[in-house]
Amino acid sequence: MINSPAELEQLRQDILSKRDPGKSRISVCAGAGCLATGASKVISAFDAEIEKQGLKGEVSTKGTGCPGFCERGPVVVIDPEETCYLQVTPKDVPEIVSRTIKERKVIERLLYVDPATNEKAVRESDIPFYRNQERNIIGNNSKIDPKCIDDYLALGGYSALAKVLFRMTSEQVVEEVRKSGLRGRGGGGFPTGIKWDAARNAPAEAKYVIVNADEGDPGAFMDRAVLEGNPHSILEGLIIGAYAIGSHEGYVYVRQEYPLALENVGIAIRQAEEYGFLGRNILGSGFDFNVKVHRGAGAFVCGEETALLLSLEGRPGEPRSRPPYPATRGLWGKPTNINNVETWANVPLIINRGADWFNRFGTEKSKGTKIFSLVGKIKNTGLVEVPMGVTLRDIIYKIGDGIPGGKKFKAVQTGGPAGGCIPEQHLDIAVDFDELVKAGAIMGSGGMIVMDEDTCMVDVARYFLNFLTQESCGKCSPCREGVKQMHRILTNITEGRGKEGDIELLEELAMSTGSASLCALGRSAPNPVLSTIRYFRHEYEAHIREKRCPSYCCKELVSYYIDPEKCQACLVCMRKCTSEAIAGAKHRIHVIDQAKCNKCGTCFEVCPARFGAVIRLTGEAEPVPGAIPDELRIVVRKKEAKKEARKEAEQEAEKEAR
Amino acid sequence: MDNATIERIIDNHQCEASSLIQILLDIQNELHWLPTEALEMVSEKLRVPMSRIQHTATFYKAFSLVPKGRHEINVCMGTACHVRGAPRVLDVVQNITGIRPGETDPEMKFSLDTVNCLGCCALGPVMEIDEQHLGKLVPDMAADLLKNYD
Repeated sequence: MINSPAELEQLRQDILSKRDPGKSRISVCAGAGCLATGASKVISAFDAEIEKQGLKGEVSTKGTGCPGFCERGPVVVIDPEETCYLQVTPKDVPEIVSRTIKERKVIERLLYVDPATNEKAVRESDIPFYRNQERNIIGNNSKIDPKCIDDYLALGGYSALAKVLFRMTSEQVVEEVRKSGLRGRGGGGFPTGIKWDAARNAPAEAKYVIVNADEGDPGAFMDRAVLEGNPHSILEGLIIGAYAIGSHEGYVYVRQEYPLALENVGIAIRQAEEYGFLGRNILGSGFDFNVKVHRGAGAFVCGEETALLLSLEGRPGEPRSRPPYPATRGLWGKPTNINNVETWANVPLIINRGADWFNRFGTEKSKGTKIFSLVGKIKNTGLVEVPMGVTLRDIIYKIGDGIPGGKKFKAVQTGGPAGGCIPEQHLDIAVDFDELVKAGAIMGSGGMIVMDEDTCMVDVARYFLNFLTQESCGKCSPCREGVKQMHRILTNITEGRGKEGDIELLEELAMSTGSASLCALGRSAPNPVLSTIRYFRHEYEAHIREKRCPSYCCKELVSYYIDPEKCQACLVCMRKCTSEAIAGAKHRIHVIDQAKCNKCGTCFEVCPARFGAVIRLTGEAEPVPGAIPDELRIVVRKKEAKKEARKEAEQEAEKEAR
Repeated sequence: MDNATIERIIDNHQCEASSLIQILLDIQNELHWLPTEALEMVSEKLRVPMSRIQHTATFYKAFSLVPKGRHEINVCMGTACHVRGAPRVLDVVQNITGIRPGETDPEMKFSLDTVNCLGCCALGPVMEIDEQHLGKLVPDMAADLLKNYD
């Protein structure tokens, strides 16, 4: 139990003095993404190999939080050299230990190779994916074993808390946060300082502070990475916020779909209690504060703050109208301040380094950095942290390295189901709260889904509306019915039943749903529809007028057909077909039974490129040609010979007919 | 159903009505579904009416009011997986298992569900069978993988 800031500093020095900076340290990403690709096997392989090679005690191994480069996981960093190895498997481990740890040599084949220059990057910071970022928050993930509070303390952890408790008044804390210009990272973008001030000024005995870790946007996982990788930074922010507002009880609301985050946050809370950062008389300051974890049970709408509060009370999370805002009437009717994970994680940095330091990053009205999850049709999937104001183009091309497979970029979707799709011509806008709104999207929690020429924008709108139909709580009718009807129309369009006037009807429904719904879910539900109509109206029109999906995506409008001229009867598509819809044999031209085909596209993908026999057809102008007669389904390798054989067969057929 | 298990779970949460969701989550984790008898016990012990328990249990997606099969399949339908072809993977999984999301087959072999994001977007399209992640799926590969379960 630490009883004063001096004792905290003493403990920090003790931890640091026991650590030899020259000693090898192996850090393996143990975030959910890398674990899914086998990181835990890599960690145990390291432990076993270190023992086997007699290095026990000389080398430390730890599983860390997510450094962000999910595309190349499992990621291994070896300090002090900062050597970064990618896509490491257990069978690479003996060589890493004998060569890199013992002989301090680099293993070339495990390094990152820049596809543009063919140059290899040895250190993490040399990899373009990292080099073009500003990693104020997520950067610490790879330096910390999230289950070990000493790692956080070694990096200066909880010094901001000590500073606040002993050298700042609550007004000063709120003022510092207000001056920093920090805005809510969960989607709303509301100035954090103003929110805190409202809760601070609300007259009440009991007040609550809450971490909103109900990250629900599909394709967004930055909050999970911070929860899993650096839970103490969030707790420290929360305790500082509690002190500023005058609260003695807090909650971390984590969705149950994040078991590792729940585990690490739970451990962090227990450790913080043992060390005296939580509980009674924190650091001997006289300030008391306790935190509990609450698991969400799988309802997207609970990310909305009034729904989250009801869920915390053990009820179904159905939002209510605001005002009163939670700052005056929140949990159990008491003043409550709710902030997102990333917002809380920024707080210790602002306190330690000052509002002016924080202010240096970002644009005029959006300060600091923001973590985005860059996913979809992008070469470097992962989490990227950049200062507000960088362009979408820089994120997608400099950090993400562009679109895989030589495909063409079509749009980037930001802001989750409440967001919008931004096309090529707007890629140079600066990413901040306000510019994204001007382009018809929102920052949201930071999901960034890249789409290429194969993505149908009507289908994307339908996808989000389907999501929102399922997630609408059903309390207010504009959302419950409006979203459902928009979804119905979009489904009709993607399934070939669209009709003239549908686009206008969608726009009208979007208007009324957007203005009349109770909470942000319904109010922002029109965004995916309106932004795709705004930039991709031609795709809607192709679906409605020509029953054509220009991206060959909407399966009701697409057919697969084997060109008899090109088929070489190689059997590949037939064997791979998932619905046994392809008939064929050796030397027999393959034919797709259109009635059986489930349009999975496997045949199109597996047909060898040199044949290119499977073709996709879409639209009324491209009907599927009738099946060729059975007697003509012979494959003769030479094209000419094939034509002749067919001619002969035809002549014979004619003769017979006569 | 083991009454003692349910009682232990309820006691862990000090019989507080505000812990209803947490209690139901624990029961769900333990039994993989919420049997009516368990809900009745919760109702009695917490003094919360069955109507509110039903409301809660049907509102949140984590809860199942029917038993689950031996293997639980979760196909990720997150946006990143969607644009990388998750719907086609789901089609194939549905064809092979003969069930739709939310259902369990009569032999209790598979339960199928969709999830909104598993957060391993680099692996997309991805599905989870019995908590094991299977990534970078294409339809025919998903079909092959399902043959490994009985």
